[in-house]
Amino acid sequence: MANNRGFWASVFLALLLRLVLIFFSKKLNLGSRPEIATPLTSLRRLAEGYWLKQSSMSPYAGSMYHGSPLLLSILGPLTVQSVEVQTNHIKCSLMFVIADFITAMLIRATGQKLQLAYSQSLRSLDLLKLLETSKIVTAGDVAALVYLWNPLTIVTCVGSATSPIENLMVVLSLYGACSRIAPLAAFGWVVATHLSLYPAILIVPVILLLGYGSDSPPKKLFCLRNSSTSGSDPSNYSHDQSSGVTSQPGLPIHSFTWKPVVHFILWASIWSFYVLILCSISLNQYGGLYEMFQKTHGFILTVEDLSPNIGVLWYFFAEVFDFFRIFFLIVFHVNILFMLLPLAIRLNHRPFFLAFVYVAISSMLKSYPSVGDTALYLGLLGLFVNELADMHFSFFLFCGYVGVGLLSPVMHNLWIWRGTGNANFYFATAIAYALLQIILVVESVGAMLNHDRMLRKHLST
Amino acid sequence: MASRSSILLFCFYFFFFFLISHCFIVPIYAESNEEQGEEEEFSEELLLKPLPDRKVLAHFHFDSRTPPTNTYGRHHRLFPKAIYQLVKKFHIREMELSFTQGRWNYERWGGFDPISSSNAKPPGVELWAVFDVPFDQVDATWKNLTHALSGLFCASINFLESSTAYSAPSWGFRSHSSSLRYGALPTEAVCTENLTPWLKLLPCRDKAGLAAIMDRPSIYKGYYHSQRLRLASTESSSDEGKGTGIVLEQTLTVVFQPSVQRASSAYSGDRLLQPSWSIGSLFRRKVTGCCVLAKSSRVFLELERDLIAEIDKFEMENGIFGVDGMVSEGSWNNTSFELSVLPDKLIRDANGLHDRSSSVLYEFSVEKYSDSVPLNVGITWKLPVFWLCHQAPFHASRFLMGSGNERGSIAISLKSTQSHEGFLGHEVASSLTNSNGCSVRSIVFQVVPWYVKVYYHTLQIFIDGQPHAVTDVIEKIHVSPSEDKMSPGMLEVVLTFPCTMQSATLTIDFDKGFLHIDEYPPDANRGFDIPSALISFPDFEASGNFLKDNPSKSRLLFKLQEKRLVQSYTEVLLVPLTTPDFSMPYNVITFTCTVLALYFGSLLNILRRRVGEEERFLKSQAAMKLGLIPQLLAKFSAKLRLKQQGPPQPMQQSSTFGPKLLFKVILVAAVAVGWHLYFK
Repeated sequence: MANNRGFWASVFLALLLRLVLIFFSKKLNLGSRPEIATPLTSLRRLAEGYWLKQSSMSPYAGSMYHGSPLLLSILGPLTVQSVEVQTNHIKCSLMFVIADFITAMLIRATGQKLQLAYSQSLRSLDLLKLLETSKIVTAGDVAALVYLWNPLTIVTCVGSATSPIENLMVVLSLYGACSRIAPLAAFGWVVATHLSLYPAILIVPVILLLGYGSDSPPKKLFCLRNSSTSGSDPSNYSHDQSSGVTSQPGLPIHSFTWKPVVHFILWASIWSFYVLILCSISLNQYGGLYEMFQKTHGFILTVEDLSPNIGVLWYFFAEVFDFFRIFFLIVFHVNILFMLLPLAIRLNHRPFFLAFVYVAISSMLKSYPSVGDTALYLGLLGLFVNELADMHFSFFLFCGYVGVGLLSPVMHNLWIWRGTGNANFYFATAIAYALLQIILVVESVGAMLNHDRMLRKHLST
Repeated sequence: MASRSSILLFCFYFFFFFLISHCFIVPIYAESNEEQGEEEEFSEELLLKPLPDRKVLAHFHFDSRTPPTNTYGRHHRLFPKAIYQLVKKFHIREMELSFTQGRWNYERWGGFDPISSSNAKPPGVELWAVFDVPFDQVDATWKNLTHALSGLFCASINFLESSTAYSAPSWGFRSHSSSLRYGALPTEAVCTENLTPWLKLLPCRDKAGLAAIMDRPSIYKGYYHSQRLRLASTESSSDEGKGTGIVLEQTLTVVFQPSVQRASSAYSGDRLLQPSWSIGSLFRRKVTGCCVLAKSSRVFLELERDLIAEIDKFEMENGIFGVDGMVSEGSWNNTSFELSVLPDKLIRDANGLHDRSSSVLYEFSVEKYSDSVPLNVGITWKLPVFWLCHQAPFHASRFLMGSGNERGSIAISLKSTQSHEGFLGHEVASSLTNSNGCSVRSIVFQVVPWYVKVYYHTLQIFIDGQPHAVTDVIEKIHVSPSEDKMSPGMLEVVLTFPCTMQSATLTIDFDKGFLHIDEYPPDANRGFDIPSALISFPDFEASGNFLKDNPSKSRLLFKLQEKRLVQSYTEVLLVPLTTPDFSMPYNVITFTCTVLALYFGSLLNILRRRVGEEERFLKSQAAMKLGLIPQLLAKFSAKLRLKQQGPPQPMQQSSTFGPKLLFKVILVAAVAVGWHLYFK
């Protein structure tokens, strides 16, 4: 109980810190940092789009706004400034604080569900000793606090980029999938895809979550368990796998259930239809849906804006010969898609972890990455604090993130503001950052696979 | 036979002669019958004017026009054929092209007179054109026109072809027109190679007439020179039988600093005197006669109203009246100045306010002068006079704010020159004064290139240093935001200020764009130019009124007579943009690809790696699954390879892979054979 009170206190403190920082946000001027506000998420561009719409022009006229028209309708009126008092989007920032809070709560709820499923499956595998011997922390609380106290989340929230809302939608979709509420999952997925395109790949883990239920040890462990309880030799369990999957009573062998998946697909089509209708209503007099897709998703796919960000693609496309541009565009985007299938095959028993890996990969390879995306996957990483306890390089990664987080603004300042540095310095930090993310993804996947092996070893001994 | 042929020949000759004579005589008849408007005309004029800051303005005005008839078919006596073809081909209704070097100093050289409002141009090249083509063809016509002009004037006007370089102002630049296109190249360097083709359009080129005094070094030594070409076609498109009437107006405006050499005056404060100058001292050449093809050839010397007022005041004190002066020894003498040549006529501006003096034009006709007696108009000051030029209601300037290469803001500042108070007492006041008191309107027209990404919602207006609500000040606004690599941004806004306002500042924020490495010019670190903004004051019109005394129908005076909006161009801004490292393409490509390869490789490796235990298990599983025949095969192959005597484990491995390998080899061979056959 005391632990719970501590949790709420720190949640409250995190929110308070945000409010205090928002009060000083004009001094901090975080909204124009390239690390925080990308062309897609910048609130300044949103305000410009809203202004254009108010002066009866298409919000996509000019290459300023690239976000969703719905976001424009919701956040737009909040961005209007009065002449005398420069409120500086305080209302918007409050929205983002609320979004952050809801995200954290959803992460917490998801974590509790995951933990329940985890201990349940361990119990069913008779590995309760594992539960008792090792110190199990409440992953949901940890993840929620990691999300809330992550400096990257805080600067994103204070800097008034719209990424908290995108993150909220992603987490909402995952939460819906975890608790098997197909309409919620579909809503989150549709809106997240509409906002930033990349969450589209989350359809794989969401369907797996809905079909199989939340993360559990590999199926063959259950088979192994079954075969050992039925008294046969573990060495020829494969024989049993083919025959005895459904037969054994008492052990929860997750088979794919189609009903929630069909529900999800149905709901997803309904929601996407609904979102498209809303968009076309709000863009009625202007270019319509075609212009919207061209200016939002098209803008994401054809990396048009070459302003520096923490990714590597801006410099690449600023330097690459025009002749090869399309080729490399295809290569970079296909790189995200390429890994989907192998990961889905290997991690299909852990769909939520799969979702985390997808989020991490897309935030690493996306056209306009920002620290808001990083904040999301770092928060989700907290959910696997038990499974990934023996991950390699975690200290190195932590130091790397801190180092890059400190160096990158310095290099940017040297290059852009002082003119003493060079684009290469900043690009070097971007490369280092990309490498760190790669190591994080690879090591976490490796650690998860090792965890499964460990479980298997426990089971077989 | 012979006689018949000679008769034939005679007939032919006669007919030929008749034809020729007809050809020659008919136009003469036509000329005598319809005096005006049916004949090609050319006139050359030069206006000289002392400026308050001891400089001299020389304004050449060449006017060629061809009437809307087919009298000569497609042939022209005076009118340049190149221009005629241009107008014909691109259906130009109006066009203006200017090449300018230097900046017109609105504070000292005037901002309210016809010369400054129509001839002061932004640095570099400015081109605008109104076409007479359907709406969807305007852009294509513009592109072709830029290329044609580029060839005609040896300038890189073809850079205006790209859609990022020109804009289509709706009302901010000129009155409403949908087929107007406007483009400016502020960086274009202007030099003699642009002047020579321009002079070639004159019937006498620079061999005779006023153009002959254009000495290149002295022109390009000036503080400001602007060479302008303006076309207006006067055709009535409904009238199919008639051709196109075109008016071609070529002007060259130069501001010189005359060298102070003659210190002949006995006046004590010699240094306070305005510098004395003459055509000979300014151009180092004298006018040696007119171009014989010109209908009229005149030189004017203008003394501004404020200067005349000053002189009048001075003379009033001394009890002498008027600037009329007296004639002495072939020169025009006066207490305050002396003209070196006797003017043919004196023209007063009828527009002058009743209580003030009006400006004065001295007219000199070039026809009387020749090689032996060259015309050398000059002025020698005897008394020190100081005057201020007539300024526009606001002095406009523009500057950049902010530091760093990420963002900044453009500020346009308007400072009241106080001169409009006087005007408001007269004709303007009635139209302006409403219930809230009087107000002054001004139109800002601003084009920004796409890499200066303007946030229009950040438009702020400060009046006398205090922020004002934008909606109170802006009467009308039209924005066409810039599309990346597609079109420039354009801002047209009508502002209404109270008369009592001292200064107003418009600020608007922008982000600096990042370009692709190929889009940078060779001198990337110099920065990028934002073309001049145009500020016009629709409540004020600059026009002289010399027409009453203009029986000679001077084109230049007609031009000065035209009512024109007072407008002023602001400075060109230089925006430094961040540059990437231009030497890095290969490095960046290889680094980035390495990172991607690392990601792909290591993740795939993690996914497919199995620890030893699993490995062994899989192996045994594979062995079990092989079945009878492969096992027999394996044993067979093992026996076959008994000679190798390797350890049993690898042998087994190789044997298990045997059939697979064999199958692969066969498959590859089959594919190769198929391929071969298919392509044979």
